[in-house]
Amino acid sequence: MLVTPTPRGLYCAAGGFYIDPWRPVERAVITHAHGDHARMGSNAYLAARPGLPVLQTRLGPDARIEGLAYGELRDVNGVKISLHPAGHVLGSAQVRIESGGEVWVVSGDYKLDPDPTCEPFEPVRCDTFITESTFGLPIYRWCTPDEIFAGVNAWWRANAAAGRASVVFAYAFGKAQRILASVDDSVGPIVVHGAVEALNRGYRESGVRLPATRMVGELGTREEFGGALVVAPPSAQSSPWMKRFGDYSDAFASGWMAVRGARRRRAVDRGFVLSDHADWASLNRAIEATGAARVFVTHGQATPLVQWLNERGVEAHTMKAEFEGEAGAEEAGA
Amino acid sequence: MKKFAQLFEAIDSSTSTRAKTAALADYFTQADAKDASWAAWFLTGHRPRQAVPTRRMATWAAEAAGLPLWLFEESYDTVGDLAETITLILPPPTAQSDDPLSAWVEERLIPLREMGEIDQRARLESYWAELEGTQRFVFNKLITGNFRVGVSALLVVRAIAQAFGIDAKVIAHRLTGDWWPSEQQWRNLMDAATTETDRSNPYPFFLAHPLENGPETLGDRDQWLAEWKWDGIRAQLIRRGAATALWSRGDEPIAGQFPEIMADAQKLPDCVLDGEILAWKDGPPGSGTRGGRVMPFAALQKRLGRKNPGKKVMEDSPVIFLAFDLLEFAGEDWRERPLTVRRAKMADVIHAIPGGSRFDTASQVRAPTWETLALARAQSREQGTEGLMLKRLDSAYGVGRTKGAWWKWKIEPYTLDAVLIYAQKGHGKRASLYTDYTFGIWKEGELVPFAKAYSGLTDEEIREVDAFIRRNTIERFGPVRTVKPELVFELGFEGIQRSARHKSGIAVRFPRMLRMRKDKPIAEANTLGDALALARLGAP
Repeated sequence: MLVTPTPRGLYCAAGGFYIDPWRPVERAVITHAHGDHARMGSNAYLAARPGLPVLQTRLGPDARIEGLAYGELRDVNGVKISLHPAGHVLGSAQVRIESGGEVWVVSGDYKLDPDPTCEPFEPVRCDTFITESTFGLPIYRWCTPDEIFAGVNAWWRANAAAGRASVVFAYAFGKAQRILASVDDSVGPIVVHGAVEALNRGYRESGVRLPATRMVGELGTREEFGGALVVAPPSAQSSPWMKRFGDYSDAFASGWMAVRGARRRRAVDRGFVLSDHADWASLNRAIEATGAARVFVTHGQATPLVQWLNERGVEAHTMKAEFEGEAGAEEAGA
Repeated sequence: MKKFAQLFEAIDSSTSTRAKTAALADYFTQADAKDASWAAWFLTGHRPRQAVPTRRMATWAAEAAGLPLWLFEESYDTVGDLAETITLILPPPTAQSDDPLSAWVEERLIPLREMGEIDQRARLESYWAELEGTQRFVFNKLITGNFRVGVSALLVVRAIAQAFGIDAKVIAHRLTGDWWPSEQQWRNLMDAATTETDRSNPYPFFLAHPLENGPETLGDRDQWLAEWKWDGIRAQLIRRGAATALWSRGDEPIAGQFPEIMADAQKLPDCVLDGEILAWKDGPPGSGTRGGRVMPFAALQKRLGRKNPGKKVMEDSPVIFLAFDLLEFAGEDWRERPLTVRRAKMADVIHAIPGGSRFDTASQVRAPTWETLALARAQSREQGTEGLMLKRLDSAYGVGRTKGAWWKWKIEPYTLDAVLIYAQKGHGKRASLYTDYTFGIWKEGELVPFAKAYSGLTDEEIREVDAFIRRNTIERFGPVRTVKPELVFELGFEGIQRSARHKSGIAVRFPRMLRMRKDKPIAEANTLGDALALARLGAP
């Protein structure tokens, strides 16, 4: 076992490092900067270079983070590490680990659908693949981003025509920028919550093209918000911050919106099924593309995915990890 | 079908009553009569007999999607709704249909029932392939006979009334009871002059709201009538010429279950009575309710769903109809008259029955002040009641849950502190969250399951408990998780009694969570001894 689950996180004993540890460790390799994968307190971090500006804000100015270009090889105690695009958010990476002629890949979170804010997922051949399974059930089937954003644009246009603001709740890191970069910004002004703007800076610094955004303070009256698209984190949903928009329509952008119960629980006008994770078909496609003889499944729908793979002749097992694919992801707007 | 699916979407995505009413009114004004009739039928809670067994639908959908059945079930467990699970796992449609709702129902859905399995399957698969997401979901819902959306029958009535400028009470009355959708039905509904053709229809029941503040907020005591709140089956007895009918609040005809009431009803003049059916012992017919005593709800339960009950059941659980309102007399609608007038007439009617009967009038609780009434309310349990009903003396008999005239002032529930031991995912809005809990109380150092509860927590608390359950699962049996005993909840319930059918030997009525007791360690949860003591307290 090149990588084993331990109380501190997924551990590579041969290289003496952890991948996305949930307790402070000496050396941590980080797949991406979401809170359940990048935690503070470790002594040294290694991560993909495009994600560094965001990661540094998240881990604090004192964190020692070293950047690695996608595909660049690094030798750690005789173990070869390289990072490969996971297509999840800016700077997200799969971790390829090679030792003694054996190759393992840890997926982190990933998606296969195109996203203008990050490098597309790169299939990496390996012997053992450790995959996430947040949406590992056949009920999850994403539409193409073009279809989804046509829906978002139509909703925004209809609201603008009625003089209403369109407020879309989306996780501040990743989902929010993907929306900003994908909507038709000719419909009206785009307003962002402070939590979103803080991350926009990191994106712009890394060279991602985002449309012009304004903060609420820059627009004065209610009328000015009328035709605007407002992008805010889910936590803003029932906060006093919302009052300024007067009459508005709201929406939530998340893969969980595929299920009616989850949509109704959110109590928003619209649920856009937009996820930065792989749907059922993509998970299967990604697993197949690795050519792996053995698969470990972490957070999400591990049990059914493992059984499904086993029935199809792929050796698969669950691997316990404290990533919040299941319970917390709804909050994180996966 | 497309328009009906759009209506469904509009209703489903909105939480505003005004927006829902507007969407409904919009639909009804635009739809042709036949479609409107079907839509009203479904939206007021009617269901066709299930055309295809659920099990077949699941199996065929799984095979059409190329999935093993266990994975379908795993998916169902997450979605919490069969119709939606099928909708989601099937591949996207390859065709589309512009057929209206009535054609989908009359020409496709209903004929399915009479087909052999092979034809049924072929048809169903071709229908699925013609319907996109919401349409497919709605169609599946219509087949499984569980089409419930976020509107009450009352809201549908209001929307129709609003759309066509007809009195809501008239619409409500015409949509109550048994009817079958057709163009003619819709014309009759719209026709201001049509007299009721179905003479056995009940009126929509008027419902009480729980009293939130003290009764003194209602004003003077002498403006109000107080009576016991009985725990029986709310029912309307219809007597119109040759027609005699008995309807439950769910608009179900229940005459067959209570032949002795129907026999005595023949002695009544033409009228409509609203009241409560109760199991009552030691009150021989004719003695009125003053003799004898109400039996626990469990006794009445033995009579439910049992058509043409046998002699023994009728002897073991004798029933009475305790009337508390009169809605119609000699063919005239009395609902707009003041309560005092209706009650007086009701008393006349019942007391005039020759030779006594299973009908009696609900007595008033006479306590002259709110203070003395509160003392009377404290006696509710001894009376075998759930508390008091307060009704404004001058009030009309309203429609549905109109607020202000009728209040229920229930007694505080029984409470016990119990430990969460098993959990299961919820359905509908709560699918994919662990919201259905089983609670244990102590018996000789072990936690024995004694009640299940689903309601009472806020959304935030549900999320917290859900996260706890996921982190503290000891074992999984199919959909059920055994949870590390750690969380203590205060449970409230309305009744408690011994039961041989339950593992703990105790059965409770309407259990729900009152609050989380984070301050309590599990050792301080209640014991079976405590529960038995409560059961003795409540026993007659």
